[in-house]
Amino acid sequence: MSGEGELGYSKNEIMIAASARTLTGERICFVGVGLPNIVCNLAQRTVAPELQLVYEAGVFGARPSRLPLSIGDPSLVTGSTAVTSMFELFAFYLQAGLIDAAFLGGAQIDRFGNLNTTVIGDYASPKVRLPGSGGACEIAIHARKVLVIMRQAQRSFVERLHFRTSPGHSGDPEHDRARGWFGSGPTSVVTDLGTYGFDEATGEMTLLTLHPGVTLDDVRANMGWEPKVADDLGETPPPTDEELRLIRQELDPEGVYTR
Amino acid sequence: MSKVATMRDAVAELVRDGDTVAIEGFTHLICFAAGHEIIRQRKRELTLCRLTPDVIYDQMIGAGVARKLVFSWLGNPGVGSLHAVRRRIEHADPEPLEIEEYSHFGMVCRYVAGAANLPFFPIRSYYESDIPRVNPNIKPMRSPYADGAEVYVVPPLRPDVTIVHAQRATADGDTQIWGLMGCQKEAAFAADRVIVVCEEIVEEAVVRRDPNRTVLPGVVVDAVVHEPFGCHPSYAQGYYDRDNAFYLEWESVSRDPEALEAWLKEWVYGLESHAEYVEKMGAERWERLRPGAATSGEVNYGDYS
Repeated sequence: MSGEGELGYSKNEIMIAASARTLTGERICFVGVGLPNIVCNLAQRTVAPELQLVYEAGVFGARPSRLPLSIGDPSLVTGSTAVTSMFELFAFYLQAGLIDAAFLGGAQIDRFGNLNTTVIGDYASPKVRLPGSGGACEIAIHARKVLVIMRQAQRSFVERLHFRTSPGHSGDPEHDRARGWFGSGPTSVVTDLGTYGFDEATGEMTLLTLHPGVTLDDVRANMGWEPKVADDLGETPPPTDEELRLIRQELDPEGVYTR
Repeated sequence: MSKVATMRDAVAELVRDGDTVAIEGFTHLICFAAGHEIIRQRKRELTLCRLTPDVIYDQMIGAGVARKLVFSWLGNPGVGSLHAVRRRIEHADPEPLEIEEYSHFGMVCRYVAGAANLPFFPIRSYYESDIPRVNPNIKPMRSPYADGAEVYVVPPLRPDVTIVHAQRATADGDTQIWGLMGCQKEAAFAADRVIVVCEEIVEEAVVRRDPNRTVLPGVVVDAVVHEPFGCHPSYAQGYYDRDNAFYLEWESVSRDPEALEAWLKEWVYGLESHAEYVEKMGAERWERLRPGAATSGEVNYGDYS
């Protein structure tokens, strides 16, 4: 994998640009902190001008004037469309099916997009105690599209999760359809190596594109199962000059999340 | 009737060893000043409840006030881990910490059930998740109505004491908040005893001019503590910004038990009150955290006399 010097952009920048494009035409998006926040703000300025940013802290239609470090930054409130209690946000907006898309990540993901944000090791005596669900479990169930953004490695793309915090696809599409959830399991995964969709017939994560300079062997070396690869495997379009300008000058001028 | 008290008296009288205590506030309005006073008075065997334990519970659990934590997301938001809490969960260091975990929606609905005097609250969550497997208090249930929908139910959470921070309150406890609401209202109505800590104590007429902004009436409040900057390093919308630098610096303090002990000694045990903490932090910091103005428009409630 090439470094920033050669390609003119960083790993995080291509993850952000590729991820923002998955929001094309979306209307209402549940935003997380860190990369998803930049992704959603970039999408709003490029492929999804109508995008309403929703934060679990209880904000609908945020217009943050600075890059928020936390998910409850005061800049999310000033100038927003609505501030709600957390009960309203989770019950009337999320559980009732108003959320089109949401970002999730985790310490571990499996081939069907199930996520672990709870523990590494045994629950009762964990090797690493992770944050837990937060809103992720219900977001995975109710958001119509779940978009995953996370770095890829053997220890994070695993054959078997240590704990299933948030459900993805079950591996049995008939079962998935019978669930009757608004959510249909993750629809896309963007990593520092490539982009993935999920096979309609099996619900299995499928490599769609490799980022420029990345090989299939790089991908295999960084996941715990033999990846399913799309017949028409392509290359991820690199970030455009305009995307890079927005990321570097407007969204994260100090490079907190992008360098 | 005035319920105004010092933080020392309010905590001494209303927070008792062994209590279930909720200091709520989602990122916004987290009352660090109350947490520090609980540490200072060396309360013990508490069950601490919060959606997001945050740095305040890392400090309190590091100081040994708690035996149990009830939560839904455990971390230093935007930064990393709460290492004092993790040491106790991962290594029972220096002693074990019992945990009981939910999702955010589950925790919120536990407070709602507590506040509304319900035996449980049904939600559509936890399907095909391992969370109910490790927390048997989250139970599946079929709707008794025609569609027979499967839901999960969570039990009511009724803290012995809930502590909420607010921008302003009257001496009687009528409390107004703006900005992120979190679940302070639910957690307070669910509690047996309520301490309101505020940036400003205002005349009743101020509250009556804008009653839609009231989250708690004085009838459910037991004590009102006036404690400016009482949320630092959390924030009070319109009063002072979140001190993100403090949250970043906490990472290295929290990682090292000796550094944590030294921090507690310098900033909690070594001080008499939050007023001393404010003075010690220095005027320059408060100046740096002061936001510009963005005032709301006024609405007309109408005069019907």
